[in-house]
Amino acid sequence: MTDLFSKFDPLIETREQLLATGLTDPFNLVMERVVSPTVAICNGRETVLLGTYNYMGMTFDQDVIAAGKQALDEYGSGTTGSRVLNGTYAGHKACEEALKDFYAMDHAMVFSTGYQANLGIISTIAGKDDYIVLDIDSHASIYDGCALGNANIVPFRHNDIDALEKRLKRLPEGAGVLVVLEGVYSMLGDIAPLKEMVAVSKAHGAMVLVDEAHSMGFIGEHGRGVAEAQGCIDDVDFIIGTFSKSVGTVGGFCVSNHPKFEIMRLVCRPYVFTASLPPSVVATAATSIRKLMHGADKRAHLWENSKKLHAGLKALGFQLGTDEPQSAIIAVIMPDLEKGAAMWEALLHEGLYVNLARPPATPANMTLLRCSLCAEHSSEQVDQILGMFEAAGRATGCIG
Amino acid sequence: MTNRADTDAKVKSLIEPFNKKGIEVTDSTRFAQDLEWDSLTVLDFVANIEDEFDILITMNQQAEIETVGQLVDAVEKLKG
Repeated sequence: MTDLFSKFDPLIETREQLLATGLTDPFNLVMERVVSPTVAICNGRETVLLGTYNYMGMTFDQDVIAAGKQALDEYGSGTTGSRVLNGTYAGHKACEEALKDFYAMDHAMVFSTGYQANLGIISTIAGKDDYIVLDIDSHASIYDGCALGNANIVPFRHNDIDALEKRLKRLPEGAGVLVVLEGVYSMLGDIAPLKEMVAVSKAHGAMVLVDEAHSMGFIGEHGRGVAEAQGCIDDVDFIIGTFSKSVGTVGGFCVSNHPKFEIMRLVCRPYVFTASLPPSVVATAATSIRKLMHGADKRAHLWENSKKLHAGLKALGFQLGTDEPQSAIIAVIMPDLEKGAAMWEALLHEGLYVNLARPPATPANMTLLRCSLCAEHSSEQVDQILGMFEAAGRATGCIG
Repeated sequence: MTNRADTDAKVKSLIEPFNKKGIEVTDSTRFAQDLEWDSLTVLDFVANIEDEFDILITMNQQAEIETVGQLVDAVEKLKG
């Protein structure tokens, strides 16, 4: 018998070698207690959280929690059903109404996760003989949406407007085309030149989908994302987003002005063939989304945090993913996986949690320490974080 | 470009900048195993091929191409 697991042997070996050096497993951390959006207890010690995507700190918002508790009491713990059968409650519709108001768009469809939103929308709207043109650094959920469908897939170099245009020009005349972009690319925290890319896509007759998972609630005047900030949101056909970042719970969505959008509820398999979100989750999401509409002060503070951390890390001598802070993600580039894991562990010992990102999730085989800031991080906490980076960086030899 | 030999020569000249190990490139040379290209190298190389012949090679088509010979055949077919 061939062991189907033998294909994982190289990965098992890499992992064992790394752990044999005595390092803490970076992919096995347990949060024993969560104190606030920015502090948890890990391995018995208080740890500052700098890798949660909890950008707006809504997870402990009093109104959000109260809405969730009330929904648990009134609607029970789960729906036990698909959105198209017994799984649509008043709360799911209220959540979709909140999204329509938040984005000022005609239609909103809530999925059980952000991953499923990309999987469902991309695989369903681009069929056989259609083309999907996408940035090579797209998120796994976008690639998996491509793999689930039957369209022809055409990648182009990351954030390269000319590369996108060249490919659009070579597509067969009259073909159905979906261009898939992201507002913020989560590995390096860089943003896309959406204004130019959306214009080029539209000029070639393509429909455009933008994943704004990492920008919702934070970037743009109303927190609608990079497309809003760059003034091209009206030309975007579909926006994909998630509740598991700024919104502070779990779930995914697509908003659109397409007049036929509602048919998606019947033809999109990752929407139909799974259970809907629990009532408490959609209640917390709807409350959070409505509060995010009035989050201008928090957005301003988050920008301050991002700028301060970026400048501080740069001054300490760390190599960063972007020259200027472009989002709430600051990626610290590590020389290799061993150094990255050592630095990650040293930071944890200092009392700081960041994400360790490594190939194949990262571009160009980079090992990254990804920091995501929260609007609830105080300015003093950012100072504290910089101090911990300095100590860990010197202890591991990452900085001189 | 008139025939397969021209295409073959052009493809091989475009491989050279990415042939880091300096191996001899024949029709049966495999991109992943022999040239040891990662996904980023493949992207850059495919972009160069696409620009040179003014064609589009989708990821679906790329998945079917393992060797240099297969690529030359695919380019011949795509440029019509």
